[in-house]
Amino acid sequence: MSSSTPIIDIREVRKTYDDGPAALDGLSLTVRAGEALAVLGPSGSGKSTLLNLIAGLDRPTGGSVTVDGVRVDQLGETGSARFRRERIGMVFQFFNLLDDLTVTDNVLLPSQLVGAGRAQARARAAELLDLLGIARHARAYPGRLSGGERQRVAVARALMNRPALLLADEPTGALDTASGAEVRELLTELNDDGQTILLVTHDLALAEACASRTIELVDGHIVRDVGGGGTAARPGRGHGGHADGTAGGSAAVAR
Amino acid sequence: MSALGKVVRAGVGRRRVQTVVMVLTTMTAVTASIMAGGLVVASRAPFDHAFAEQHGAHLTGRFDGTKATGAQIAATAHTAGVTAAAGPFAVVSASPRFASDGMVMEGLPPLTIAGRAAGGGPVDAVTLDQGHWVTGPGQIVLTKAEDGPVMGRVGGTVSFPGLPGKPSLTIVGLARSVSRTADAWVAPAEIPALTGPRATPSYEMLYRFAHAGTGAELSRDRDALAAAVPRGALTGTASYLATKHTADQETATFVPFIVAFGVLGLVMSVLIIGIVVSGAVSAGTRRIGVLKSLGLTPGQVGRAYVGQALIPATVGTASGVVVGNLASVPLLAQASDAYGAASLTVAWWLDLAVPAGVLALVVASALAPALRAARLRTVEALAIGRTPRVGRGRLAARLASRLPLSRALTLGLAGPFARPARSATIWAAVAFGAIGVTFAFGLGSSLSAIQNGLNRDAPGEVAVDTFAPPSGPPPGGGPSHRPAPADAAAVGRAIAAQSGTAGYFGTGHQRATFTGVPGAVDVTTYRGDSSWGALQMVSGHWLDGPRQLVVGRRFLEAAGKHVGDTVTLEGDGRSVQMRIVGEALTVDGSGMRVAADTAAFTALGADTRPDTYQVHLAHGTDRAAYLRDLNTALRPVGVTAVGQSSQVSGTVIAMDTMIAMLTVMLVAVAGLGVLNTVVLDTRERVHDLGVMKALGMAPRQTVAMVVTSVAGIGAVAGVVGVPLGIALHDYVIPAMGTAAGTHIPPSDLHVYHPLPVLLLALSGLAIAVAGALLPATWSARTSTASSLRTE
Repeated sequence: MSSSTPIIDIREVRKTYDDGPAALDGLSLTVRAGEALAVLGPSGSGKSTLLNLIAGLDRPTGGSVTVDGVRVDQLGETGSARFRRERIGMVFQFFNLLDDLTVTDNVLLPSQLVGAGRAQARARAAELLDLLGIARHARAYPGRLSGGERQRVAVARALMNRPALLLADEPTGALDTASGAEVRELLTELNDDGQTILLVTHDLALAEACASRTIELVDGHIVRDVGGGGTAARPGRGHGGHADGTAGGSAAVAR
Repeated sequence: MSALGKVVRAGVGRRRVQTVVMVLTTMTAVTASIMAGGLVVASRAPFDHAFAEQHGAHLTGRFDGTKATGAQIAATAHTAGVTAAAGPFAVVSASPRFASDGMVMEGLPPLTIAGRAAGGGPVDAVTLDQGHWVTGPGQIVLTKAEDGPVMGRVGGTVSFPGLPGKPSLTIVGLARSVSRTADAWVAPAEIPALTGPRATPSYEMLYRFAHAGTGAELSRDRDALAAAVPRGALTGTASYLATKHTADQETATFVPFIVAFGVLGLVMSVLIIGIVVSGAVSAGTRRIGVLKSLGLTPGQVGRAYVGQALIPATVGTASGVVVGNLASVPLLAQASDAYGAASLTVAWWLDLAVPAGVLALVVASALAPALRAARLRTVEALAIGRTPRVGRGRLAARLASRLPLSRALTLGLAGPFARPARSATIWAAVAFGAIGVTFAFGLGSSLSAIQNGLNRDAPGEVAVDTFAPPSGPPPGGGPSHRPAPADAAAVGRAIAAQSGTAGYFGTGHQRATFTGVPGAVDVTTYRGDSSWGALQMVSGHWLDGPRQLVVGRRFLEAAGKHVGDTVTLEGDGRSVQMRIVGEALTVDGSGMRVAADTAAFTALGADTRPDTYQVHLAHGTDRAAYLRDLNTALRPVGVTAVGQSSQVSGTVIAMDTMIAMLTVMLVAVAGLGVLNTVVLDTRERVHDLGVMKALGMAPRQTVAMVVTSVAGIGAVAGVVGVPLGIALHDYVIPAMGTAAGTHIPPSDLHVYHPLPVLLLALSGLAIAVAGALLPATWSARTSTASSLRTE
């Protein structure tokens, strides 16, 4: 996909819950392939709502949400499930690994849901675990891993089906400083190799380190947009990969 | 409201599905227990209960109206030992003709009709099943037969064509007399119209005695009555002990299967309440942690959760008592038909004991896990909630993941191993359901096969009695005249000559004495090739030569013989050796029935002309046309051929109805247990389900995963439940046969053929899937975003 193609195209989206005030109020946003967009904002500003709408976990009250050419707001439950497993990778604040499955089985899950070939899926999982530095824990259960390691497992799982878009919801929010730095570095490398990332965070350091563009939400409106339209928020990193065009480290396996 | 009260109310109100399931479960369990308990209690001596309720007559005395006056007969009420008496009631005997809904039945045996102004009274307080008691002339109340078709229905008419003026009466009621004192009742003023010319009606007097427990005591009572009236006035007495013996034997046939179903129902009720209540409390462990962190003591936590369980349980229990009593009405009506007893009702103490027991069970089931959770360290309790305790079921999960199935299915299959205790209890509930279904199938099939076997005593599509129909009742209700015999040989020739006859044979009846067998035995003699109309054999073979006998189980036991042995038939100073060639399924004459070739009786000089010819028609023969032609041919002989239809006894219908109701109840209880477990599981794992849905698990995959999580349990429970159900059937059916005085032919017992067994084995799976489908659909519909937010 061309770096100029919008991978997320949100137009005039509005979302209200019951009779409450609008969580998102006429928001429009375009994210191009290869961008790393950080969504900042205080609690209740609409960050998670935005993420849910992009992932097809929820439907907007009005407006349209197009992701990777798919009108997500028009999908039914089955369609949005299929959309997620084929085009979206998700990383959560609290990892959301299944504690009764081994690390490998957790990572394999998305490919198993799409019915991928067993040998091919296992090879892909082993490759991801190796490159994310957690291969030695392949047969371990998530409960035995550190927070940073668990988040690496979650990232490996998210990348399993080579998603067009990686969504990360406070990926460092539950981590100590050292682990947070590891994850930051990992996301940066992924984006350097062209992985489009949308991350929702309170962590300014994460946004500064990883994001090529940052928006700030307040009461369902975008109040600030830095780095969009060719303005690099992250010095030295452009849209769609390294400034010098080389692929690096773990990001090489992401695509 | 106190803090504790608020906690309880919130706990009940927030978990609406849980609360509804608990209400439904307790309601179903109480309903099932009351129905099952009611049947078990009713099956304990139903005759004795009904006899006590109706103040049944220990002795029914019959007096000759020409030898004693009404006053003399009435005075016997003051005989020593008599505690209560009713009568005298004038009694006549008359042959009826029934007409209702365009159908006419005649040629029936005479009815014993008593003139009785009221159904109630100190003795034999007759229970009305339908309609009302006679209020004046022109009306009649019929006794409701416990077995066989009811002759007339309320609104129909019964006439007596043999009597002067051919009186006709309207049937106004159907009633049951446990003491069986009469076949019908009319107003006393009606009796003269039903009495033949030159006849005097006899009188009947009903007594209860202070001492009437044994035959000897009743014999003394009878002597006292005879002494109280002029010599010869007391012409006969009927003892309740004979009626009780017959009734108890009929009851005994039912007891094994009623008790088996009752126990299954009670065990399942206990199990399901345990599962639902303890499951609901265990699922709230995290909430208990939160309450503890707020300062609630373990005692307060225990009280809060018991209260939380008791609110829906009390609602369910109260509804269950109402529904149970209502649902028991048709069930017990069937049971009363089957037992031949008066209307049965749910014992009053069951309506108290069952709710008390259920609520005690609820308290115990709630208290144990609540206190266990309350004693956990608060941090531990708080940590529990999302997924099952780490470490459980990992091996199963790993093994399941290697199966060549979709991931949704393998995840579901491994699910039960994460909560082994809960899985085991739900497994048990489904297994009991499968046992119930298997048992019910076998019972129904065996009863149907046995019924078909018993119908073989009237084989063939057409029967011809070689006696002309009786001309009417004799005057004065004396012994009926034997109808005039027709020329049996001519009847046989007419049948043989009739086109469409594929086979026929004659049967006759003899009373015979066999050496070593106490009392006279009823024998059916067979003349001609009866191979096509053989009784169903338990062992040995059917009659195929002279001097052969086929007997029932009781005969073998009474004679101390086996199939293959010989017995001596005695008569008029002569004797004939006969060989027992087979044992047949029969309950006639309490299983003492004997089928014999006519040759031996001919050798004794007995009259062995057939009473009835049984006719088998060639394939494709029109029975109506055949009957018309044959009756034309038989007209000169003076007999009539009639069509035979296989009779389904009221007992079998009653049993089939009970089987169906009890099976539905067991399956409903098992299904509710599954539903509740799946609701708990999906609620506890709502977060994990949310994660999987976020990773792209489609709704259909979610439903498949959730259903599979109990389908495995259901499948295994079915596989285990089927052999247990078969074992129960193989124990109960022979026990019922023993009570009825017969062995069961192997072909009637072996009803579990491969295909039905395969389908029955899937019954556990079906129960599990049916119970899981609804909560699985709910969980698939739950918003992924809100699932992910769930703690």
